[in-house]
Amino acid sequence: MAEPCAVIGIGQTKHRESRRDLSIPGLVRDAAIRALQDADMTWKDIDSIVIGTAPDMFEGVMMPELWLSDALGAAGKPIFRVHTAGSVGGSTAVVAAHLIQGGVHGKVLTLAFEKQSEANAMWALSPAIPFQPQLVAGAGGYFAPLIRSYIRRADAHPDTGCMVAVKDRQHGLLNPNAHLHLDQTLEQVKASPMLWDPIRFSETCPSSDGAVAMVLVNKKHAGRVKNPAWVRGTSVRTERTFFAGRDQVNPAAGKLCAKDVYDEAGIRNPLREIDCAEVYVPFSWFEPMWLENLGFADEGEGWKMTMEGKTKIGGEMPWNMSGGVMCTNPIGASGMLRFAEAARQVRGTAERHQVDGAKVALGHAYGGGSQFFAMWIVSSER
Amino acid sequence: MRDVAIVSFSQLPSVKAIDATDEPELVQPVTSDAMKQVGLTQDDIGFTCSGSTDYLPGRPFSFVAAVDGLKATPPIRESHVEMDGAFALYEAWVRLMHGDIDTALVFSFGKSSLGSVPDILNLQNDPYYVQPLGLDSISAAALQAQAMIDAGKATERDFAEVVARSRKSAIDNPNAHIKGELSVDEMLEEPYISSPLRKSFCPPVSDSAAAVVLAVGDRAKELVKRPAWIRGIDHRTEPHALGQRDLTTSPSSALAAEKAGLGHGSVDLAELHAPFAHQEIILREAMGLGGDVNINPSGGALSANSLMTAGLIRFGEVASRILSGGARRALAHTTNGVCLQHNLVAILEGE
Repeated sequence: MAEPCAVIGIGQTKHRESRRDLSIPGLVRDAAIRALQDADMTWKDIDSIVIGTAPDMFEGVMMPELWLSDALGAAGKPIFRVHTAGSVGGSTAVVAAHLIQGGVHGKVLTLAFEKQSEANAMWALSPAIPFQPQLVAGAGGYFAPLIRSYIRRADAHPDTGCMVAVKDRQHGLLNPNAHLHLDQTLEQVKASPMLWDPIRFSETCPSSDGAVAMVLVNKKHAGRVKNPAWVRGTSVRTERTFFAGRDQVNPAAGKLCAKDVYDEAGIRNPLREIDCAEVYVPFSWFEPMWLENLGFADEGEGWKMTMEGKTKIGGEMPWNMSGGVMCTNPIGASGMLRFAEAARQVRGTAERHQVDGAKVALGHAYGGGSQFFAMWIVSSER
Repeated sequence: MRDVAIVSFSQLPSVKAIDATDEPELVQPVTSDAMKQVGLTQDDIGFTCSGSTDYLPGRPFSFVAAVDGLKATPPIRESHVEMDGAFALYEAWVRLMHGDIDTALVFSFGKSSLGSVPDILNLQNDPYYVQPLGLDSISAAALQAQAMIDAGKATERDFAEVVARSRKSAIDNPNAHIKGELSVDEMLEEPYISSPLRKSFCPPVSDSAAAVVLAVGDRAKELVKRPAWIRGIDHRTEPHALGQRDLTTSPSSALAAEKAGLGHGSVDLAELHAPFAHQEIILREAMGLGGDVNINPSGGALSANSLMTAGLIRFGEVASRILSGGARRALAHTTNGVCLQHNLVAILEGE
């Protein structure tokens, strides 16, 4: 039987378009120190480090964990590097949780970062791969056809994506760490330039510099804080980029990953039994798409929840209380930010974007061509 | 802790250049062979984990294409590390501790032939202070080898003897890249590439792909007669800056070996991931491997150095010998980073 695992420390940097004041080691150290302080720990307490980041080419350092060992006090310890595309922040936290649950280590520091100002992610995401059609337009160019397909299938209200953008930016105003602080009206979002039809400029995520860290411990050490977040379910699921009959709008890997974590956490009805969720929504239309994929709404019904305001703080099922990826997107860290914000909610430490009485929360990340998924369920109760 | 064993191993022969056009063509032959050896298909695998680096093919997210070489329908539990496949094996071992699944597929792949590996590895260095100096991997290793000589811990003749033994052992290894009888005296006549390293003291640059299947407890015993049990596995790192380390020793290997349980008994053989001749001497001393231990019967990384797979192949070589009954208790080692910064050690056993 797996050893119980708890999150007892969470730290993140202030996310900005460019953190010129911090080097990459400075960025990860800033997040790590905040997490250690939150856990009432020092570097010496940590047994092992698990680090995640998106492609090394974004910053131009190969296997940067080797270099970052010094900044993270890793000498003499294991440091492990995960890389699973956009889901990496989530998968990294899952590996860290498994080190605890498997009884390998008792106190693990896990962190994820991206310093997008070192490069241009959109063009880094548009490589010319031999024998494959070239994307040439970044992630937005890849996802726009999927969104158009969703709108047609669900007969969704055309304003849904704009409503998500307004809502997430309102949430972001409550989060001092968020990169974007935008008080936007629906009209302003609708008037923003169309980039990849139907994705408007204001319906996309920013490019951010930032890092996030968590301290995960076993039962023995969970008592260091009075409000640990218990990890109740974890899963990673992958499907291929291309295969005949693949449903890219509502991918099977996302459904199965959600089923894994609900089963492990004993959740039968996510809408009733989960209090709030931090879900990877890099383009606003992914909120209704993932509401359906994750079982919070029936197929074709997700957009109605958004339009009815149910996903706002104070609504029936708050999503992305921190402002989400729509306000903050250090790619490699974006997944772990979702996991960490879910844990903050059940610890009751989410300050102005706290959902009252949140006890069970979902953290979600995805990557590649909607093919890599990582999720966890955290709870205030073991 | 659950008992986890390696039950099969497959690799593409390490060669100068594999004529595969994309990742699925590299990966599919070894993953399907490793599963076929024990009568499994992807549907029987609980967790799949791979290791590779984007800096070999020269494009971000290159591992995503490797998934297209797997049967991932229905969707699989899968992860990837930007490290040697031996670290993917470590993640799979951790995953199997969770208790809900009993099998794992681990693989790694690398086409080193696509670029200049010594120059690419400079990108592992500190980007502000070291990368601009152009410290390629051979020059960095030369600094370490010179430190060995200066400390009186080894001579160039010692380096040559390691190479002679390795390349001779590789004669029996059909997967080795460079092999043959070499004379120590002739090697010492070779010109320096980067003093004190001569050409033969350096590894070849190879392409390869490799895969292993892991299984837990009774499941492993069902699949093979004599599983290669992983009795202990651990990895440790050291400070990154070369100036902060004594390059003539490897405290991280020593600590990882201790944590993996090396001291709990003797080992018959050790497969050390030591790309440069002097690094084998450092590792042997650090881990206390005496003259009674058969070092690198496969020929080691000096005979086949495929980036991202050379570490996993060490595990495969050890496991093959245990699976066939040729070894009882053995050590597998993998290194990562400049001058042995980060090391992983496992102890495998037949009974």
